[in-house]
This record gives sequence, structure tokens and C-alpha cells, in this order.
Amino acid sequence: MVTAPRQSPVVVSNAARLSDIVSRTRELGIVAVLVLLVVVTGVVQPNFLRLNNIQFVLLDTTMIALLALGETVVVVSRNVDLSIGSVVGLSAFLSANLFGHVAGIPIPLVFAAGLGIGIACGAANGLVVSVGRVPSLVVTLASLYIFRGLDILIVGGGQVVAFSLPTSFRAIGEATVLGIPDLAIAAAIVVAAGAYFLRSFRSGRELYAIGSNPDAARLAGIPVARRTFMAFVASGAIAGVTGVIWAIRYGTIDSTAGTGIELQVIAAVVVGGVAIFGGSGSAVGAALGALLLTSIASALQVLGISPFWVQAIAGFLLIAAITLDRGISLRLTTTLRKGNYRGGA
Amino acid sequence: MAPRIARLRPIARWETGLVLLAAFVLIFGTSTAPEFLTSRNFFYMSLNVGEVAIMALPMALIVISGEIDLSVASTLGMCSALLGFLWIRGWPMPAVLVVVLAAGAMAGLFNAVLITRFGLPSLAVTIGTLTLYRGVALILLGPNSVSSFPVTYTNVGILPFPGTDMPYSIVIFVVLAILVGITLHVTPIGRAIFAIGLNKEAAAFSGIRVTRIKTVLYVLSGMLSALAGILFTFRLATSISNNGTGLELDVVAVVLFAGVSIFGGTGTIVGIVLAIFTFAAMQNALLLANFNERAAGIVTGSLLLASVLVPTAVSYLSRLRRGLSGPTGLPSAEQPMTEPGASANEEPRAGLESATARDRPVWRANQPGTANGG
Repeated sequence: MVTAPRQSPVVVSNAARLSDIVSRTRELGIVAVLVLLVVVTGVVQPNFLRLNNIQFVLLDTTMIALLALGETVVVVSRNVDLSIGSVVGLSAFLSANLFGHVAGIPIPLVFAAGLGIGIACGAANGLVVSVGRVPSLVVTLASLYIFRGLDILIVGGGQVVAFSLPTSFRAIGEATVLGIPDLAIAAAIVVAAGAYFLRSFRSGRELYAIGSNPDAARLAGIPVARRTFMAFVASGAIAGVTGVIWAIRYGTIDSTAGTGIELQVIAAVVVGGVAIFGGSGSAVGAALGALLLTSIASALQVLGISPFWVQAIAGFLLIAAITLDRGISLRLTTTLRKGNYRGGA
Repeated sequence: MAPRIARLRPIARWETGLVLLAAFVLIFGTSTAPEFLTSRNFFYMSLNVGEVAIMALPMALIVISGEIDLSVASTLGMCSALLGFLWIRGWPMPAVLVVVLAAGAMAGLFNAVLITRFGLPSLAVTIGTLTLYRGVALILLGPNSVSSFPVTYTNVGILPFPGTDMPYSIVIFVVLAILVGITLHVTPIGRAIFAIGLNKEAAAFSGIRVTRIKTVLYVLSGMLSALAGILFTFRLATSISNNGTGLELDVVAVVLFAGVSIFGGTGTIVGIVLAIFTFAAMQNALLLANFNERAAGIVTGSLLLASVLVPTAVSYLSRLRRGLSGPTGLPSAEQPMTEPGASANEEPRAGLESATARDRPVWRANQPGTANGG
């Protein structure tokens, strides 16, 4: 905020290049850790590499990685969306419940319903954040409560049970191409598209600009309110679709579906190298972070370590990741400052 | 001193609003259920919010100093699990309680070290420790629960404090509220906390030991969360790893509802007390009106939303009235030039939430390059 005016164009491009290297290093780092984890666990316990288990991990990753994409879009613009878990729950119940109310409803329509619910929730968040100009942390904390409360009021003590869902719907979760679950492939395509949008589209880049410096972004003519609004709509839409996937995956849905998933998603996003104060990070990194976290959970399980360790490890990794980021960004700033002197402003 | 007096004015208005709302809730409660205004009902009403009330005090101080602590409920859960873990291993209860309180203090210290020494954003750190501490609770107890506590202790959780109509947790809250209120509003430490929240760098340059004060606040938060964990465990007579899950939301909601600005620098302990009362009465009234208890989050969420939207709306209206451009106008730079002094004297709260501050996340001060600029 203070140093911005001093930077010459040369330094800015330097900064872009450096942070590009840093983010790519982060992605490579996660891949390296992942490979190490898979190899070591696979050697110790070959069951880990059984197709069954890999499919299981990929399906678990699907939901977290999708949500992480939405969260990345929001976080790079220096906001946060804590309400996604509640949106997943609301959408999972309402969309799966359609089968009970409308006989023979086509499955794409169910996905559309989930999408619509997600967009509505995201738009509500986005509207309050961008028009009400209230910090997103507070808004989405509040909407986490409100959406979950609505879910509880609608669901009551009831639930959707697996056998009430059409087999063709449940089968989506079991379909595979060359052993890879269809859902995981679809998620990979969506994440790739999202990453491309953030990286190469004007409105995507503008999100990073907003996250780096909202005031400067506004003065540069970026429609900050509209972009922020759209970021929340995107996050909500993704959470809505993920809710339908939740229904496919678990079948049984009560009013607690998706509770607390936002923390796993934020952990994945941060471990994946998205700066929590905005302005940097990639959707691919966030997806890799999701893959790493679910792989760790699965490895612990296969190795016979109590599943109760998973959460503590996720928390530890999250803290390690932000500490690492802090160290890197400090070094980056120092390097940039040196570059500034050398460039002789 | 002008800013201090000025700071009290709009807050006084905020608390007037709280009092009116509390009165409204009382009327609503009485009209829906005749048993609402009985001391027995008030006892159970306050019993339900005792832990949140205790945790809200350090949270208020932390938010006023411009930070946040989302790990309080996980600290509560971890300490509750530790209590059961040590108890079934045959430790004497006094020793268990001391260790549990110390564990809470250590949890707070860990947050503080990450935030102050490593310069990490408190939001990210405490989301991390929220997961970590809950994970430790899971490691300690796994799927088991412990409920073999002696009646002498579980009575502490459900009986009134001797000589009063109030539960132990509320008596502790009242004593703590008085201590914290005095510290915050009439001592140099309290002024230092406000100063840190308004401008951390300026506070550091004027000789305030920012690191030390923040460390103390987080340790206090950890320790009082541990105390809340003990009370929670005795109230339910059960130690289980998911005790208190999600309570951090209630605590933050109450603190913001009390008129503490999420950007730091404003807030009163009187507001906290009023907010706790209103919050408890509202939940209780809804319960008596047969509203689904688990869906009461809708009300909490709406309260939270209202408490941040109202100041923004007020500032927008008052800016309109003065013929200034609304929130769509030019950002920050214009503010000090068009309203020299006026904004500081008449509506500092609104000023805080106007263009400069409201686009700024709570962790703004921790961007790389600004915090360790020297």
C-alpha cells in the first residue's frame, strides 16, 4: 500500500515473473510431496495403490477440488466465502428431494436445480458484500448460519435416503473411463477451465488486481463491485453443483450434509498456495492442495493410523503452508527491493 | 482527547439500540410464553450462553485490537477432551483443572507466536488452529466420551452459585466483565488496545508494546476458552471431542452485535453484556415459541448481518444528507480532504467503515512488505 508508487514498470514485470516462478514452484512442491507420499505408502502398504482406493481418493478430491476452485476465485479478490458448506447441504437436500416430488425428473434438471440454488445463495452473499460493502468474512459467517438454518427448517428431522434415488443417478458416481471416475474427469475439466479463466481472461486478471490492492483497482477503472459480486456467484454456483455431487456420492442426506467442509476447502486452497490476503495463487494449486489432503487422509487410513489424526494433520499443514508463504513473500519483497535499487529508479 | 469523547458518542447510540432491542425481545418473550419472565427460565437461559459469554470478553479485546480468534471453540473442545482424557487416567480433579487451564493458555500462546512473531494473518492462523485443536481433541478421545465425573463437579455446571440465582458461568462472566471493562476503559492498557486497533504502526511508534499486548490477549483468550471448556464439560457432564463445535460463530456474532467494529478500534464491554443478554433472551424466546432450536442460527446470522449493515447504512445516509457522494463516489483519498475533523468528531464509527476501511480486510496490516517495512 505504501510502496506501490515507487515501483517502476520494470519491477512490476519482475514481480510478475518472480511470483509466477514462486507459484509454479509451489505446484511442483505439492506434486513432489504427493509422489513421495504415494510411493512410500504404496511400498509400505500396497493396498493403497489398488484401483478401488485410488478411485475413492479421486472421488473425495472431486468435491473438495471443485469447491476449492470457487473459493480460489473469491480468495484471490481478497475475500473469503465461509458459507459453501451450508450451500452444499441446502443444494444436496433440495436437489435430491426433487426425485421424490417430481416422478421421472431428468437428471440434468436436477443439476440445474442445484446450480440455481447455488447461484441464488452466491448472489445473496455477493450482493451484501459488494453493495453493502461489508467484510466478506462477516457476511459469509452470517450466511453460513442462515443457509444452514434454512436447510434445517426445510429438512426438519427428515432425510433423503439412498434407495429413494434413481439408480441412474447414483450410477453417475460409479461410472468410470479407463478406471478414472467420470466425476473426477469432469471436475478436472472444470478446474482447468477455471484456472484458464483466472490466468488469461481480463475479468480473471482483474480479480487478482482487486485482491492486490482494491483502491488501486478501483482507480484503474476496474468494476470492483461487479467483479466481487460475480466471484461470489461463481463460488455459490460451484457449491450448488457440488451439493448434487454430494447427493450422488452419499445418497443419504440429512440437515447436516456438508457441515464444516468449508474448513477443508480453505485448508486445500491455502496449502495449494493461494494467498489468504488475496492477489496470488492458482486454481490448479488449490486442486492439487485438495488432492494432497485427501491422499494424506487415505494414506493414514491405509497405514492403520487412527482416522482421528487426519484433522490435526490438516490443521498442521495449513499452518505450515501459511508460515511458508510468509517466508517466501518476505524473501520475494526483499528481492524486489534489491531489484528496485539495481534498476536505479 | 477529542477522539476518545467522540468515540463514545456513536457507541452510546449503538447501545441505546441494544437496550431497545432487549426490551422488545422481553416483550415478545413474555407475550409468547408466560413462563418467560420467571427466574427459573432466566436461570436456564443464562446457563445456555455462559460459555459463549465468557469467551466473548477476550474476543472483544482481540477484535478491538484489529485481530480475530476463530479457534476459541476448538480450544474449548480440546480442553474438554483433555479434561476427560486425564480424568479417566486417574488424575485428581484439581490437578486436571490446572493442566487444562495451562493447556488453554498454551493454545493461545501458540496462536500469539504465529501471529506476532511470524507476522501471519490472524484469520488464517486461527482457521488453522481451529482445525488443529479440534484434531487434537479427536486424537485424545477418538470416538469415545467420558462422563464419569463426580457429582460435586457436575453440579458446578448446572446449579446456581451459592447465594445467587445465577449459574457459576454467569457469576464468573460478571466478575470478568467488570475486570475486563475496567482494564479496557480506564487503564493505559485499554487505551493501548484501542490504539493498536486503530493503527498498529502508529501505536508501535508511540511506544506501545504491540507484540506483548497481543500475546497477552491471545493467552487470555486461550485460558478463558479452557475455563469455558471446563464449565461446558461439567454442564453436560460429558467430555467428547466435538464439544462446542461451531461456538466460535456465536462468539463472533455476539461481539459484532455488541457494536465492536470488525476493523478494530471501537467497542465497549457494556455493549458485550447487553449483547449477551439480548442474544440469550432472543434464543430463549424463540425456543419457547416452539421455533426449531437447531435453526436458531437464522436469527444469529441475521443479527450478525444487521450489526455490520446498520452502521454502513447509517454512514451512507449521513453522507447523503451532507451532500457528499455516496459509497459509489471516490474512494479513500477524498475522505480526509472533504471532512477535515468533522468525520473524527461526529461519526468516527461511520468514518471507520467508510471508503477507506470497509474494503480493507481485517488482516490488511499483515501484507508482506507493510508489516516489516523497515
